[in-house]
Amino acid sequence: MLTMVIDDSRAMRLILKRIVAQLGFDVVEAGNGQEAMDYLKTNVLDGEGEIPGLALVDWNMPEMNGLEFVTAVRAEPRLRGMTLMMVTTESEQNQIVRALASGAHEYVIKPFTPDAIIDKLALLGLVPNGVAA
Amino acid sequence: MTLTTQEFAFISGLVRRDAAIVLEAGKEYLVEARLLPLARQSGLPTVSEFVNRAQQRPEPDMHRKIVDALTTNETSFFRDGEPFKQLVETVLPDLLARRASTRQIKVWSAASSSGQEPYTLAMVLNDNLPAGWGFDIVGTDISTEMLTRAEAGQYTQLEVNRGLPAQLLVKHFERNGAHWKIASGLRNKVSFRRINLAAPFPPMGPFDIVFIRNVLIYFDVQTKRTVLQRVAGTLRPDGWLFLGSAETTIGIDDRFERVVAGRTSAYKLRTASKAAAPVSALGKG
Repeated sequence: MLTMVIDDSRAMRLILKRIVAQLGFDVVEAGNGQEAMDYLKTNVLDGEGEIPGLALVDWNMPEMNGLEFVTAVRAEPRLRGMTLMMVTTESEQNQIVRALASGAHEYVIKPFTPDAIIDKLALLGLVPNGVAA
Repeated sequence: MTLTTQEFAFISGLVRRDAAIVLEAGKEYLVEARLLPLARQSGLPTVSEFVNRAQQRPEPDMHRKIVDALTTNETSFFRDGEPFKQLVETVLPDLLARRASTRQIKVWSAASSSGQEPYTLAMVLNDNLPAGWGFDIVGTDISTEMLTRAEAGQYTQLEVNRGLPAQLLVKHFERNGAHWKIASGLRNKVSFRRINLAAPFPPMGPFDIVFIRNVLIYFDVQTKRTVLQRVAGTLRPDGWLFLGSAETTIGIDDRFERVVAGRTSAYKLRTASKAAAPVSALGKG
């Protein structure tokens, strides 16, 4: 499955990329929401590219933040198949509620263990149960 | 410094006697890893010295702490997923029909560790039982330390990240500094008590649902059989038993039959007539 890893920290992108690559997912990286939208526009909406099945989305990023990205993806019917998971240090209860209300399917609070990401992907039916330790 | 054969034999003997848990040779690394924090707390630099002190100057409380440290298992919310899905899809429809007169469901979560399983059950029942139905859940564990943690119902960010859907986190927990605390309404549905599965149970139940997962694997066959006999005695004749995915009653206790539920298995007492007399059956065992 094609997965977008959207985070302005290159180190965080690398960590997330390693976790999903282990699951056999292909990865496209973006440094912020705008870069990710540009990729989707060029390759999916205006092109013939594969629609990513999953996006792991940081919240606080320059240009377009994660919440704006989630809102933009949800407003585009052709991207309905994308599963959106926030992976962020934002841990206030009302922020989580906001992200879910905006269309995020799941939410992981940083710091996290690799198993936390895999557990959530299992909840979303994207990997079988029991993959995590 | 690694444990000597004699030191390891002392620890495995203690855990076998007090918790009926079998620690085979080769598990020295586990003993060292689990007991190192206790050694440090006692101001001793190595596990070996700690074990020697526990042997030479036995304190009941120290033995309990050793057993606790070696019997605590990793857990997470919605662990393994499928049993909770089947609780909703298979078990609740059955119990809604059978308990229509009492509208009350009683659940036991055995070896509940830090409480994630009983609270998961509380969330599932709360969100899936029709209005007018009630439930209560008993969580039990051998470790008093784990019971204290479970009673507090407070979890770290790392713990709520594991397996708990974000929707349920914001619905059933309240943020408390760096921790998340289970909402008091749900907390009050769960009670905790200390039970050693390897010893006779105090009076409890009867339960409609029993979860006893990933604990039988640590027992030898005879202990498994005894525990299952006692569990049968706490289960209603038409109740449901869930074991861990690597555990079964087959070949151990034939009063249970396996029921395929989705992608997992549950167990029910074979017939109402046999199961109606679990106490006399216990007597024969």
